[in-house]
Amino acid sequence: MLEFIQHLVNGLSLGAIYALIALGYTMVFGILQLINFAHGDVYMLGAFIGMYSSRYLKFADNPSIGSLLIVMVISMVGCACIGFIIEKFAYRPLRRSPRINVLITAVGVSLFLEFSGQLLFGSDPKFFPQIFHPAGDWSIGELRINPLQVIVFFISVTLMAVLQYIIFRTRLGRAMRAVSFNHDLASLMGIPTNRVISYTFMLGSALAGAAGVLVGLIYPKIEPLMGVMPGLKAFVAAVLGGVGNVVGAVVGAVTLGLAEEFLVGYWAPTYRDALAFAILILILLFKPTGLFGSSRTEKV
Amino acid sequence: MQVVRNMRRNVRFSAAVIFGVLAVAGGACKKSAPTADSKNPVTAAGDTIKIGEVGSMTGNEATFGMSTHNGIELAVKQVNAAGGVKGKQLVIFSLDDQGKPEEAATAVTKLITQNGVNAILGEVASSRSLAMAPIAQNYKIPMVTPSSTNPKVTEQGDYIFRVCFIDPFQGTVMAKFAHDALHAKRVAVLRDVKNDYSIGLANYFSETFKKMGGEIVVDQSYSGGDIDFKAQLTSIRTKNPDAIFVPGYYTEVGLIGRQAKELGIAAPLLGGDGWDSPKLKEIGGDAINGSYFSNHYSSENKDPQVQDFIAKFKATYGVIPDGLAAMGYDAAMVLVDAMKRAPTLVSADVRTALANTKDYPGVTGKITIDQNRNAVKSAVVLKVASGEFKYQTTINP
Repeated sequence: MLEFIQHLVNGLSLGAIYALIALGYTMVFGILQLINFAHGDVYMLGAFIGMYSSRYLKFADNPSIGSLLIVMVISMVGCACIGFIIEKFAYRPLRRSPRINVLITAVGVSLFLEFSGQLLFGSDPKFFPQIFHPAGDWSIGELRINPLQVIVFFISVTLMAVLQYIIFRTRLGRAMRAVSFNHDLASLMGIPTNRVISYTFMLGSALAGAAGVLVGLIYPKIEPLMGVMPGLKAFVAAVLGGVGNVVGAVVGAVTLGLAEEFLVGYWAPTYRDALAFAILILILLFKPTGLFGSSRTEKV
Repeated sequence: MQVVRNMRRNVRFSAAVIFGVLAVAGGACKKSAPTADSKNPVTAAGDTIKIGEVGSMTGNEATFGMSTHNGIELAVKQVNAAGGVKGKQLVIFSLDDQGKPEEAATAVTKLITQNGVNAILGEVASSRSLAMAPIAQNYKIPMVTPSSTNPKVTEQGDYIFRVCFIDPFQGTVMAKFAHDALHAKRVAVLRDVKNDYSIGLANYFSETFKKMGGEIVVDQSYSGGDIDFKAQLTSIRTKNPDAIFVPGYYTEVGLIGRQAKELGIAAPLLGGDGWDSPKLKEIGGDAINGSYFSNHYSSENKDPQVQDFIAKFKATYGVIPDGLAAMGYDAAMVLVDAMKRAPTLVSADVRTALANTKDYPGVTGKITIDQNRNAVKSAVVLKVASGEFKYQTTINP
């Protein structure tokens, strides 16, 4: 029983990390119907921005929650800028071309970031400075919970709520939904579509930046290819929850985290990565809209 | 008009992409270019002996490649300063394989066919040496691996040698240590299924430990590159073992140590020479203290020859050499010794001389090559204690 609960705790915290990355994925898809494959690599850049800024600010010497928040904000701003640049130079010129062109460009941007990262940072794993030490682990009997993972879980849920609010309760959100519905009509209504799309990218990339810092703190080994697998898994999580649906992304990510944890803990550790893709195939076969997705009729 | 503008934009964009790709490719080429240590190797051909080196200078096990490279470089500098071999200076051509077996295979082919090297040194990781060995054997170029411990490596052919012990012995060392020194009865195993070295070592350890009357309570696995090991560790915790054998490489072991501590596991971690890196202490932090691993040498050895090597290494590179640096140094020195003894520098002669190496006094111990082209040597057990690797004991074959 204890083992089961510990697996549950581990799985939830793993799911929370996937959720942070999946949120950005799903939002960009929701607005643009573009799967931004470079998202996982923006998350990697977030971790490196976090590492260099905390080294520069010497936060490892006086760890505190304040240091963590400052580094997170720096990384989020940095990633938002990167998101803006990627959208402006890679995706905007292709706005009127077939969707497959943009998709392939996204793969190209992803590879470009991965290998530029290897040149820039070196491909050996780097140690992420410990800028925040929660006082000891929380334990209930034999059950161990890392407070950092609880923090990550709450940050994921909070960001989900914030996104939900932005999309459904603000002017920007309304503009986003309008753009998502129809670009041309939205611009006829006086909505600056390009600016709205830029904002969407910046928001999604900022989320990836936050995820990069938090993951760096919990698993303090970062390298330029670290975004590949989590990026793909977050994509699976987003599809599982129904791409474009913010709540769905979080539910999908937590489901995936738990499924992985129980598979590894009780059965076959080697199939960890295979599981995510098996889920992807099954979902695409039997419920392509995902758990929470709504089908949209394509207009001819 | 709109179309024309879009086209122009597209062209501009594709040009940017092409330049980007070129920049990446250019950078990559620069990195993999041979780093000749003395004059221009082309003009010096004929008066030099070319030695090829393949190592993971970047990638997950970058400290393996860099340490080994420094050890080899130091050895070559000393030999050249003393007049070289048969009046010829040595030149090293070193290529980075980024920690990938397929890159290691390409690198060794390139060294042999394009650079025309006389011998090959490398790799550290058994998976990479296994990719290289058949190629070196095929071209009949002697290859000496400094620290690949998987037995299959030298089984690839009679031109493949190693100057380190092999995993059946290393597994026995840790099993003996766990049983005799730690009095462990129940041990868990956590192996990297992507890594020939880790699988081999885990098997040999389990075999010997069971023969001694111990019990392997659970055998878990992970894939190199993973960052989350809590699921495996939670399963291991349920079995409450006396120790956990983790024969992996340092990047994963550091994270495993951390997460084991987070889960409240007090049992010590045990491992092999794949742990030997300053990065282990960085990634693992305090969580890795109190763990033990087997290694080729200890920098605390008071032997004057060892201390002399450490002093010279420190003067050149500013750090105390780890086991892999010492193995790199010894591998180069054993090769040089064989080249000196060989009547000519023809591959077959160098090969025979290597095979006849007997009681060569290396910094990692006396090196004798047996009929399977492996070195028979003792191993040391080190303890990780507050950021240092402390010598525990020596175990003889």
